[in-house]
Amino acid sequence: MDELKDELISVYVQESREQLDEMEDGLLRLEQDPDDADNINAIFRAAHTIKGGSGVIECGFIEQFTHRVENLLDALRNGEIAVSGPLATLLLECCDHMRSLMDVLVAQKSSPDDEVQVRGEELGNRLQIFIDSVRAATLPPVAASDAVEVESSGGGEVNTDSWHISVRFGQNVLRGGMEPLSFLRFLASLGEVVGIETVPDGIPAAAEMDPESCYLGFEIRLKTTASKIEIERVFDFVRDDCELRILPPHSKLDDYILLIQELPEDTMRLGEMLVRCGALTQSELERGLIAQQQATDATAEQEAAPSTPLGEILVGSKLVHKEVVDAAVARQTQVTDKKARDAQMVRVQADKLDQLIDLVGELVIAGASANLIALKSRHSELLEATSVLSRLVESIRDSALQLRMVQIGDTFTRFNRVVRDVSKELGKEIELSISGAETELDKSVVERIGDPLMHLVRNSLDHGIEPADVRLARGKPACGRVSLNAFHDSGSIVIQVSDDGGGLNREKIRAKAIERELIQPTDPLSDHEIINLIFEPGFSTADQVSKLSGRGVGMDVVRRNIQALRGTVDVASVEGQGSTFTIRLPLTLAIIDGFLVGIGRASYVIPLDSVVECIEHKNLAGERNFLNLRGEALPFIRLRDLFEIEGQAPARESIVVVQFGGQRAGIVVDQLMGEFQTVIKPLGRVFANLRGISGSTILGSGEVALVLDVAALVHIVTRAEEECWLMYRHVAPVSSAASIPPAILAGT
Amino acid sequence: MSSGQLLTLTEDLTIYNALELKSRLLEALASSDALELDLLQVADIDTAGVQLLLLLKKEAQRAGKRVAIVAHSQAVRSVIEFCNLAAELGDPLVIPATESV
Repeated sequence: MDELKDELISVYVQESREQLDEMEDGLLRLEQDPDDADNINAIFRAAHTIKGGSGVIECGFIEQFTHRVENLLDALRNGEIAVSGPLATLLLECCDHMRSLMDVLVAQKSSPDDEVQVRGEELGNRLQIFIDSVRAATLPPVAASDAVEVESSGGGEVNTDSWHISVRFGQNVLRGGMEPLSFLRFLASLGEVVGIETVPDGIPAAAEMDPESCYLGFEIRLKTTASKIEIERVFDFVRDDCELRILPPHSKLDDYILLIQELPEDTMRLGEMLVRCGALTQSELERGLIAQQQATDATAEQEAAPSTPLGEILVGSKLVHKEVVDAAVARQTQVTDKKARDAQMVRVQADKLDQLIDLVGELVIAGASANLIALKSRHSELLEATSVLSRLVESIRDSALQLRMVQIGDTFTRFNRVVRDVSKELGKEIELSISGAETELDKSVVERIGDPLMHLVRNSLDHGIEPADVRLARGKPACGRVSLNAFHDSGSIVIQVSDDGGGLNREKIRAKAIERELIQPTDPLSDHEIINLIFEPGFSTADQVSKLSGRGVGMDVVRRNIQALRGTVDVASVEGQGSTFTIRLPLTLAIIDGFLVGIGRASYVIPLDSVVECIEHKNLAGERNFLNLRGEALPFIRLRDLFEIEGQAPARESIVVVQFGGQRAGIVVDQLMGEFQTVIKPLGRVFANLRGISGSTILGSGEVALVLDVAALVHIVTRAEEECWLMYRHVAPVSSAASIPPAILAGT
Repeated sequence: MSSGQLLTLTEDLTIYNALELKSRLLEALASSDALELDLLQVADIDTAGVQLLLLLKKEAQRAGKRVAIVAHSQAVRSVIEFCNLAAELGDPLVIPATESV
C-alpha cells in the first residue's frame, strides 16, 4: 500500500511540475495577450489539476494553497478581475511557491518548514487581497432580506474536508428534558459548522403531531480537528434516543449514497440537502444514485460480479470531491496523451547511455585497428569487409551520440521568466527574442551551460539595456531587446547573448584595467582585446553596484565555467548599439571525426570539422608567418616549432587550413595522413595547462596521438601576428602600415 | 374569514408552551387565508418551537394558505440562522431598526 502511495506521489509530483511549467508559460503569455481566454483556461486547468491530484494523494498543504490560487484564477477566468502586472507577478510567485511545496512533498515531510510556511501565508494574504477587491467591486450592496436569499440559494460549494454528521432525534428527547439545539451548539463549539440542514420531514400532519415530541433531524458539516469519539460524546446523553451517523472527512461517494438510503426520508430530498450543506455536488449525487440503481439491477441479473472496474476502485479509494473526479478525468486524459507520446519515447538512465558511448568509443578504436591490418594485408575481400564495417561503426557512433543530444530550446525558454522578473525589478521594458531553439547539443553540456548563460543574460539586462528615457534620447525604441541565439558552426555550437543597449565603453574598460594593473598604459591592445578584458578576474565597470550583477565577480566565473566545457567566450560590442556575447562549445565531448597529420614520428589529430582545406607549402621560410592565399592573408604556425619537435622539416611541407570562430589559420605539418575516427580521451591533470592540445586518442596501431586544440592554435597564430604587427606599427607608425594587408586585421 | 390576520406571540416558543401554542397557531391558520406572525417579543425558542413553526408552514402549504413571519426577535432569528431554516421558512429576516446589532 505504501509503495503504491509512493508511486502515486512520484507520478503526481512529476506531472505537477510539468503542469507548473505550463502554468508559468501561460502566465508569461498572459501579460502579452491578456484577452486570450484559451490561455487563461489552460492556466486554470493546470492549477486545477494540481489541486485535484493533491486531494487524491491527500497532501493537505498543497491542496490548501492551490485552492487559494485557483480561486483567484477562477475570478480571472470569469472576467471578474483584470490581468495586471502585479497580478501576474503574484501568480508567478505562487508557481514558485508550489514548486517548493512539491519539494517538501518529495522530501516526505508532513508539512513545510517555517520559512516556506510563512511565505505561503504571505502569498495567501496577497491572493486574498486580490480576491477581496473583486468581491468588493462586483457584489452590489444588498438589503438584509436579499442576503438571506443569496445565502439559501448557495451551497454549491463542496467541503470534503469536513465531517458529516447525520442525526435524527428520537421522539422522546424533548420529554426527557433534552434540548437538541443545545447539543448542536455544543457540537459547533468543537469546530466550525460549515453547513447545516434541518430535516423537518419527520413532522407528521397536524392532527397526529405531538408538540412535545421531537421530529427533527439535522445534516451537519463540521470542520474540526476533533476525533470521531469526541464528536460522538457530544450526543452521549441522547445516545439511546437518536440515530447518529458520522462520516469522516473525505468520505466516499458510496458512503453518502448509503447514508441517503438508510435514512427514512425521501432519497432525492435528502440528497438535495446533502448537496445544499456541501457534502456532495449535484452531479455526484445523480451519478451515485444512478450507479446504485444500476448496481442493484446488475446484481439482480448476475450474482457473481466480474472484476471491479478501475473507476470503482478510484471512487472507493478517496473520491467525493466532484472537482477531484474532474481532475482525475483530466489527469487520465493527460496520462493517455502522455502515454501516446511516451510510446515514441523511452526514458533511459543517463549512465547507461554513457556506458554505451564508452563502448562505441572502444568499437571505433578497434575498428580503426582492423582497418589498418586490412590495409597492410592488401587482401581485397578483407578490405571490402572492413570498409563496410567501418561505415556501420560510423553510423552507430553517430546515432549513439545523437541519443545524448537535446535541443537547447528548453534552456532558452527558462529565460523568459528571468527577463520578465528582472525587467520588472529594474523598471525597464525589455523583450526577449529567441532563435535557434531547435539547435541540438550534448545533454551534459546543456546542463552546465545554464549558469553562465544566466549570468550573461542578467548582465545584459542590468548593464546592457539603458533606462527607457536614455534609450528614447538616443533614438532607440523604448523597449529594449535581448536575444538568445544558437547555431552550429564547424563542429561547435555557438550561443549568442546580444542586447541592443549601450554597448561597452572601451575607454572606461581600459582605464579600469590600468587602475587594476591588469594592463600597462603602454600596452598596445586592439579594441577587441580591450573589451575582452571584462572577463578578467575582479573586473566591473558598473558605476553602481546593483543587486543583479556588477560586484566584480561573475564574468571571470562565466569564462571559467565555459572553459571547463572546452569552450570559449568572447564579446563584441559597438558603443551605443549593443553588445554580443558569443559562447562557443564543442558539440560533443567524446568522439569526433579527426584528420590525422604527422610531424616527425609523431601523429596529431585535427578535428575534421574545423579543417577547411589542405595546401602544399614550399620553401616559405621568412620572418613573417603568413602567406597569400587567393588574395587573402593567411597566418600560419609551424607545429614543429610550437611543440619543439627535433629533426629537420622535409622539403615539402603541407598546410592544413583550419577555421575557428570566423578566423582562419594555417597549421604547417610534415605529412597528411587522412581522415580518422577518434575517441577523445582526456589528458591527465598534469597536462591541464598545455596549450594547443585538447586530448589524446589511440590509433589503430596502438600508438597514442594528440588531439590539437584548434581554438587555441588559431588564437596563438592570430595573436602572434597581431602583436608582431602592433609592435611594428609602434616603431614605424606611418610608413609601414600601408604595406600590411588589411585582411590580417579584419578577423580581429 | 378575514385575510391578513396578524398574530402576535409574546410567550416563549418552548417545550413548556408547546401544547397550548400548537392549538393557538392551528386555530389562527384555520381562520385566515394569510396568517402573519409577529415574533418580535419572543424571548426564547427551542426545538419544540422550531418544530411548531415548521408544522405551521407545512399545514399552510397543504391548505394552500400563506404564513409569513413578519417580525423576528433576536432569539428567533439566531435559531433560524443556526438551523439554516431561513430558506425553508421563506421569510425575510428583517432586523428591526430599534435593535442594534
